[in-house]
Formats: sequence, structure tokens, C-alpha cells
Amino acid sequence: MSGHVIDIEGLTFAWKQGPQILDIPAFRLDAGERVFLRGPSGSGKSTLLGLIAGVLAPQVGTIRVLGEDMAALSPPRRDHLRADHVGVIFQMFNLVPYLSVTGNVLLPLRFSPARRRAAGSDAAGEARRLLTRLGLEDEELLKRRVSDLSVGQQQRVAAARALIGAPELVIADEPTSALDTDARDRFIALLSEEVTRSGASLLFVSHDARLAPLFTRAVDLAAINRAGVSA
Amino acid sequence: MTALFSLAWASLLNRKGSVILTLVAVALSVALFLGVEKARSGAREGFGNTISGTDLIVGAPTGSVNLLLYSVFRMGGATAEVTWPTYQKIAAREDVAWTVPIALGDSHRGYRVMGTSLDYFEHYRFGGGQSLAFAEGQPFGDLFDAVIGSEVARDLGYALETPVTLSHGLGSADLGSGHENRPFRVAGILKPTGTPVDRTVHVSLPAITAIHVGWETGAKNPLADTIPENMIRSFDLTPKTVTAIFVGLKRKGTLLTTRRAINTNRGEPLMAIIPGEALAELWNVTSVAERALLAVSAFVIAVGLVSILTSILSSLNERRREMSILRATGARPHHIFFLLVLEAGLIGFLGAGLGILLVHGLLAVLAPLLQAQYGVAFGMGGPGLVDFAVLGVVTAASLLIGAVPALTAMQRSLADGLSVRL
Repeated sequence: MSGHVIDIEGLTFAWKQGPQILDIPAFRLDAGERVFLRGPSGSGKSTLLGLIAGVLAPQVGTIRVLGEDMAALSPPRRDHLRADHVGVIFQMFNLVPYLSVTGNVLLPLRFSPARRRAAGSDAAGEARRLLTRLGLEDEELLKRRVSDLSVGQQQRVAAARALIGAPELVIADEPTSALDTDARDRFIALLSEEVTRSGASLLFVSHDARLAPLFTRAVDLAAINRAGVSA
Repeated sequence: MTALFSLAWASLLNRKGSVILTLVAVALSVALFLGVEKARSGAREGFGNTISGTDLIVGAPTGSVNLLLYSVFRMGGATAEVTWPTYQKIAAREDVAWTVPIALGDSHRGYRVMGTSLDYFEHYRFGGGQSLAFAEGQPFGDLFDAVIGSEVARDLGYALETPVTLSHGLGSADLGSGHENRPFRVAGILKPTGTPVDRTVHVSLPAITAIHVGWETGAKNPLADTIPENMIRSFDLTPKTVTAIFVGLKRKGTLLTTRRAINTNRGEPLMAIIPGEALAELWNVTSVAERALLAVSAFVIAVGLVSILTSILSSLNERRREMSILRATGARPHHIFFLLVLEAGLIGFLGAGLGILLVHGLLAVLAPLLQAQYGVAFGMGGPGLVDFAVLGVVTAASLLIGAVPALTAMQRSLADGLSVRL
């Protein structure tokens, strides 16, 4: 173990026949850090997150997640790593429409025995506890179809899902871009609190530089990415 | 796998509308196939049930299927007959327990008339050994008595004592050149048997001779009608020929030797057939059509299966986002694959199950009607081996077919990664 949750060295990436969109000499994220990564859309953020989450394989350079060299892992091994150790929050439409609120929160446990163990024997109770902490304690609310929830509520359900079973790393890809300022700040505060409580690290990606002060560290993608694709 | 199963189930519930349509398509196709299959096995069974207890059927040499057709099924006609002395010779054989001679050739409003002896009511058996039973009346006592089958009675509205005039030959229309001067009366009505007996008018052998007095040349003598009834009654009405003879043996062990003895009869050439053998032969002939029908309905099932494919494939686009959420929360590509395969399998299984219920429900309601109306007996009883086989095959085929959209979704989810652009 290198001790870093994410450790990138000399990473470059280009889509087939496309220009190089990532060229990152070095980037690190340590345990317990909550890092804000700022980048306009089209700056290669999603590609970088895909590499960290293990759905893409690096072409040149190394990227270590929790000490594992992603380039050396087979795709199924990378999938396992993500299932067991990474929680993901998307920008929008985070929820599986045919599952209940609780069903959505418990979704990662279906695919990861490790997180099932970490969530304990009363997984539904754990889900309810997380939802309550994130401000969704209303029993009525939990019974509604997820598509009937407001976007802010949906994002909090997604946060609970990313946190259940205590993954070491939570990746959030523009989770607040559809929220108004109040809801956005409240969401980030709640997320930060829960990430801290569970001892996870957070990589929060957004184009909105005003969010930077809410995190322990802020990094500009343009500053670490020499490929410098402009938006 | 159980995790995926509940996911697949929830996903299907979420798309109730289109899933139910697909289920109905599968259910109908399975119901059609099973309906055909039940009718087929019912027909086969009814076929085999037409005659039992008779060891040999003897007639003039012809094809064995032909002899069976005209003697048992009242279809077609005999080209030659058996003379009365030869009949008596067979009846007198020491290995023969009983004989029932029959004479065919006349009809009544489309129903065959059969001349026979009283032994017929005693020895003729159908449906695994059941005897003929009377719903009303009794066997013919008088020369001009007739016993009619249940269908004749029902369709023509005949009751006891109804006068019946026979026509010469087999035409269903009354051509006026018949036996209308020799009316019969209905003396008995048989209970339904589900066999050609229901469509037969039975009279005594002497009656057949009696109505043909004056027909000796093959056509009606203009003076035939002038012979008074009491004069006819005084004639020797022993038939000169019979069309066929049902034979019961004393011991089944002699079946083959008796048959050979009759087949190699010196003097008049004869033919003896074993009913079961001839039935099997006849079934082989008809089974071609029946197999074709079964093949067509099997193709209908294939169409039902394709509708599963269509429904799942067309849902894939709108489910792209869902797949990448599943991938992000840790689903491996094979989870995506099996999720869709399971959905297809579930639709196939439930659709086939629904189809089986449908067919059995319909049969429970309709079978008695069909039996009464058309004499078609369906294979009854609860779901049987065939139903479970169809359930298994349809489910397996749906799982296989589900692999097509499943592969597509899996490949797409790999390409999409976590970033599906909406």
C-alpha cells in the first residue's frame, strides 16, 4: 500500500483516434481528504473519473486506487475493486426507477459481499440511518416512487447509496449542478459530514469554483492536466 | 443470482404494460400449441376407443384400413361382401366365441343404416370395454324396428315410435327412390358413446333383406311397392350376404392362427384384421396432417418467443442509464447479462404458465360442449407431462433468446462506462 487512496503518475489517455485528453504527471488523494476537483465540462473530468472508478483502463502511466495498480488489474478485478471500495454519485438520474428508496440505497450490497458485511446484519436499518442523517427521515417519503422525489431528495438517496457499506472512496460527479444554492450547500454539508463520519475520502468534481471553500483541498484540473483540452 | 432475480422481477413490474402484452402473446401461442396437442391426443384416444373387445374383423379382401373404415367408422364402402354360408362357417368355428354380422349400404338422411343381429348390443364394446347402453327403449324386436344412436336422435329430434324411412344407397338427400314404402319405427335410443355408433341407425339383418325385396336386380322393380307387408313377413328373410363380421375368440392365444385360417380360407376369399393393428395403421395415415398442424403451432410459439426478444430489445435504449447506474454501484458485465436473460426467462416462464392455465381453463369449460357437439374428446385432467415439457422448453428458449439483448446491453454498458450522455 502506498498510503494514498488515489495515486496518479504520468497518466495519459486518449480515446481512439482522438486527441489526448488527459496528461496528468501527478495527482494524489490521501485517506480522509475531501478534495474539490474543478474542471469545465469537456475538460476530461468524466474520463478521469472513469479511470479512477476502473471502468476505463489507463494507456500510459500508472493509476493506483487504494494501492492497486489499475493497469495491472483485469476488468473484472477493477469491477470488484469498485464494487467493494468506491461509492459513485452522478450528476442526475442517479436512481434505478423500479427500486424503492431503500432498494436503491441497498443496491451496492447486492454486488459486494464486503460492503454487505460492513453494513452489518440490519442493512435496511443502516440504510434508514444514513437516509435520516441526510435529512430523509420521513417514512411517507421513503415509500414514494423514486421518480416522484425532488432532485435534491434523489441526490441525497444517491449519497446514502454511495456511503452504505463504508467504501473508502466516494466519487461525486457534478452532483449539485441541478440544485439551487441552498439545496446545494446543504447537500455538500451533509455529504461531507457523512463522509467524515465513515472515514471515507471524497473526490468531488464540479465546474463551479464557488464550491471550493467547502472542501479540505481544491485542485484545478487544468493545472494538473497538461493535455489542456479547452472547453 | 437471487439478487439479480429480485432485480429482474422489480424491473418487469416497472414495465407492466409492455410486459403484460408480451406475456399475453406468449400465453396465447402456448395455449394454441397445447390446444392442438390436446385435441390431437384426444382424437387419438377417441380413435383407439372406437372399438374394443373385438378380436377380429372379417370382410371381403380389401385394404385393412378400408375394412376398418367401413365396418367401424362407417366411412367409404365395401366393394365386395361375405356370403351367408361363409359367415355361418366362421360363426361355427370352434375357436370363435361370438360373431356379430353387419350389413351396410343404406342410409337415413345422411346417417348410415346398419343391419346387424341382437348380439351386437351384447358384444360390441368401445372405450376400453364399455357396452352399448340404452337411453330409452330396447333392442329391435319387430322386423321394422330401428335402434338409433344418440346423435341421430338429437340432430333429427327423434323419440321412441318416430317413423323412419330409409334410403337406398348413401346419399344424404332423399331422392325419392328409396324405401319409403317400408317405414320403420324407433324402438330404442342408445346412450352417447363418442364413437360412430352415435351416428348410426341400427336395424335387424332380416329388415335389410325385407326392404330390398323387389331390388334383386340392383335397381328398384316398379312392382316392389305393391308387395304387401304381411307377405314380406312371410318370406325367408335370411340375408344372402353380410358386409363384415365382428369376431370374438374364446382364447386370445389363437388370435394369429385364427386370423391366418380365415385369411387362407378355401373357397370364398376372406380377410381378417386385428382392430388395434388397423387402427394404428390408420393413425399413421392421419398423423401426417396432425404433425403438420403441430408444426404450425410450434412456429406460433416461436413467434411468441420473438415478441419477448422485441420487447426487451426495444426497452434497451431507455434502460441505458439504468445499466450504467448498476455498473457504477458494482454490477459486473455478467450481472447485466444475466439480469436481461432472467427477465426474458421470467416472461417466457410466466407466459407459458399462463398459457397452460388458459388452455386448461378453456378445456374445463368447453370440453363437455365440444364432446357433445362434435364428439371430439380432449385429453382431460390436470396439467400433464406435455404441459410441463412445454413450460420447460419455452422457458429455456426464452433464456436463450434473452442472450441477444443481454449481450447488446452488456457490450453497451462496457462502452458507456459511468458516463452516459443523456
